[in-house]
Amino acid sequence: MLTITIDSRQVHADEGNTILDVARREGIRIPTLCYLEGVQAIGACRLCVVEVEGAKTLMASCVTPVVDGMIIRTNTRRVRDARRTVMELLLSEHVGDCKTCSRSEDCELRKIAAELGIDTIEYQGATTNSVIDMSTPGILRDNGKCIKCRRCVAVCTQVQAVGAIFPQFRGFKTTIGPAFGKELADVPCVQCGQCAAVCPTGAIVEISHIDKVWNALEDKSKTVVVQTAPAVRASLGECFDLPPGTLVTGKMVTALRRLGFATVFDTNFSADLTIIEEGMELLSRLRKCVEGGEKVALPQFTSCSPGWVKYVEYFYPEFIPNVSTCKSPQQMFGAMAKTYWAEKIGKRAEDMFVVSIMPCHAKKFEAERPEMNDSGVQDVDAVLTTRELGKMIKEAGIDFVSLPDEEMDRILGVSSGAADIFANSGGVMEAALRTAWEVITGRELPFEKLHVVTLAGLKGIKEAEVEIKGTVPEWSFLEGVVLKVAVVSGLGNARSVLENIKSGAKTYHFVEVMTCPGGCVGGGGQPRITTDEVRQKRLDAIYREDEGKQLRKSHDNPKIKQLYGEFLGAPLGQKSHHLLHTTYVQREKV
Amino acid sequence: MNKSKGKACMCEVAANRSVLLKRLDAVLDEYVSKPGGLIPVLQIAQGIFGYLPEDVLKQICLRMNKSYSEVAGVVSFYSFFSTTKRGRYLVRVCMGTACYVRGGKQVLDAIKQHLKIDVGETTPDGKFTLETARCFGACGLAPVMMVNDVVHQRVKAARVQDILDQYRQGEKGKRAARKGWK
Ligand code: SF4
Ligand code: SF4
Ligand code: SF4
Ligand code: FES
Repeated sequence: MLTITIDSRQVHADEGNTILDVARREGIRIPTLCYLEGVQAIGACRLCVVEVEGAKTLMASCVTPVVDGMIIRTNTRRVRDARRTVMELLLSEHVGDCKTCSRSEDCELRKIAAELGIDTIEYQGATTNSVIDMSTPGILRDNGKCIKCRRCVAVCTQVQAVGAIFPQFRGFKTTIGPAFGKELADVPCVQCGQCAAVCPTGAIVEISHIDKVWNALEDKSKTVVVQTAPAVRASLGECFDLPPGTLVTGKMVTALRRLGFATVFDTNFSADLTIIEEGMELLSRLRKCVEGGEKVALPQFTSCSPGWVKYVEYFYPEFIPNVSTCKSPQQMFGAMAKTYWAEKIGKRAEDMFVVSIMPCHAKKFEAERPEMNDSGVQDVDAVLTTRELGKMIKEAGIDFVSLPDEEMDRILGVSSGAADIFANSGGVMEAALRTAWEVITGRELPFEKLHVVTLAGLKGIKEAEVEIKGTVPEWSFLEGVVLKVAVVSGLGNARSVLENIKSGAKTYHFVEVMTCPGGCVGGGGQPRITTDEVRQKRLDAIYREDEGKQLRKSHDNPKIKQLYGEFLGAPLGQKSHHLLHTTYVQREKV
Repeated sequence: MNKSKGKACMCEVAANRSVLLKRLDAVLDEYVSKPGGLIPVLQIAQGIFGYLPEDVLKQICLRMNKSYSEVAGVVSFYSFFSTTKRGRYLVRVCMGTACYVRGGKQVLDAIKQHLKIDVGETTPDGKFTLETARCFGACGLAPVMMVNDVVHQRVKAARVQDILDQYRQGEKGKRAARKGWK
């Protein structure tokens, strides 16, 4: 235990703490830009400088460990002037207009500049060259707004193990981006948007679909249907300054109706559908393997997360046969809305316009995949991130916080709690187990409140084993089999797991992979900035939503039964195969 | 095989390249697992091919398990790496402080004018590539320019044409070429 003095206050600190750690704990605000909690501390931007008694120069607090007896001042004229100089230099190079910038509401650069009391920029230097890159479906890059903090690089490389963006060139010509200043489409990028989620400025944002959606809403010839991903209900409130983890399902539905959507449906519905299809797919793989002694691709990997799917296509194509052929819930929904539902309301697929609200950039990419046209036209027409929906609600002048609660529309809006937890890392696995266990044994999953506690939470790699006991006759060949599962979030963790499987160090039957750390609650399209604390609050909220539902298991959803009865026939049947399953392609690794 | 001269020629080029790629592979075998091996590999690869073509860089990425953007970041950071085919003679003018104040800039301008190319470009006849460099460690002899690995000291703008002409044909060119520059 160390004792240090910070702004005349004596406080305790632990060995290895940085000055910034201690200051934050003590409620002293030190502005930071290049620092990213748990990911990057490189002392590059020098915005976080403080005075340390005895040191000649100011110290970057994010990389300076405290030592016993250290005397620190975070608020002196020298410190304030130095921070202001750093900020003024950044702003003098910056090319962007806050009035029209899509980031102006939550821009860290702008906010810190205001906090530092900067009203004029004295330096008149060369400005960064602004090049706009809209080469991919999900990510817009604008170099002019980039302050070269490298947070995006750290995330893309260390957290996601992709490495699409790096500092290029040197000196004043330095840009942060793909190889040799090329466009993002020229290098492998999985479109996860984690770079956009951590960027402090408007330099990386989503490709906006807002205009497309407004146009569709005004187009009398279109029936506009909206689906909302499970994770959005636990985060949308943050766009309206509600605390993280506030559940706003009912308000969200009301807001969507007021925006003009004819029908408000739920991606949760198709999440339930995914569980039926993907669960049956797993069981059929197990049957072939255990009963038939056939060689089948195991473990089966989940396919809900399009960034992960693209990651496999680029970097581990040998595992493509292991990825479930099930479309993601977004795409299952699109296909059902433009066939089953369209038929019900007497419309053709081309008269329908399907919008999804997703916590995600990669869903924009997924919707544009050429495989996703099984209704005859593009199954999902537009994808809005949580942040974009927040903006549309504001544009429409809707006072979100005071809205009454409304309910989703029937049939494609009915869902179980098992669908809600798709938002959380571990959720798809738990939902699948709730159903598969009951199919195999005829009994409920034997855990308190149906939760598989070891698979929940923010840990990047989680594992569990369950011995299958008391099987019903049809599945008796599984009696005594120890089912091994793993739950992974963050692609860097996925890479470790894949390497372990490749080397034979680990074997599993079923592995859930989510591209973003913590699962969709931490998606690239969520309100910024998502810290672990925020992730945890959203996770907890989602479990509350699940526990509050009458229906907790996907196979209990009466509307799913109705869908099979009226339209699909049997799970894994011919119609399912055509509309709910898909194929993958190998992509160039470099 | 030797029915037409043109065809034989192409075979030779292709064969040459595959020999070079084999050499690259051998280098990679040695360096893949070495930490900090990227820069030496890039240097050797540039030595083998004369520059760093895209397919060579991608091969390096694959073998060293690095992303193209990361490797490109390193290549574009150091001025001694080049991703375009270079001329027979690489002309480098020092822009270090000492050279700069003693007229390096004028020397560079004279070369640009004479060769009708900009920094980083190669003359259409494939003879000269022009680059600048930071320091050759010969500040006492400033301004300095190098042609391949031959140093020219105390260069004056007016002498530039003479120097370059020596390489256009003459002995110096052959000597520099013998010293291993492709
Ligand atoms: S990035 Fe931030 S500071 Fe720059 S224009 Fe946008 S809002 Fe303003
Ligand atoms: S979207 Fe993901 S993979 Fe692409 S550059 Fe950003 S962090 Fe990297
Ligand atoms: S794009 Fe954003 S996160 Fe990346 S270096 Fe620039 S400002 Fe930082
Ligand atoms: S935040 Fe500490 S140096 Fe950038």
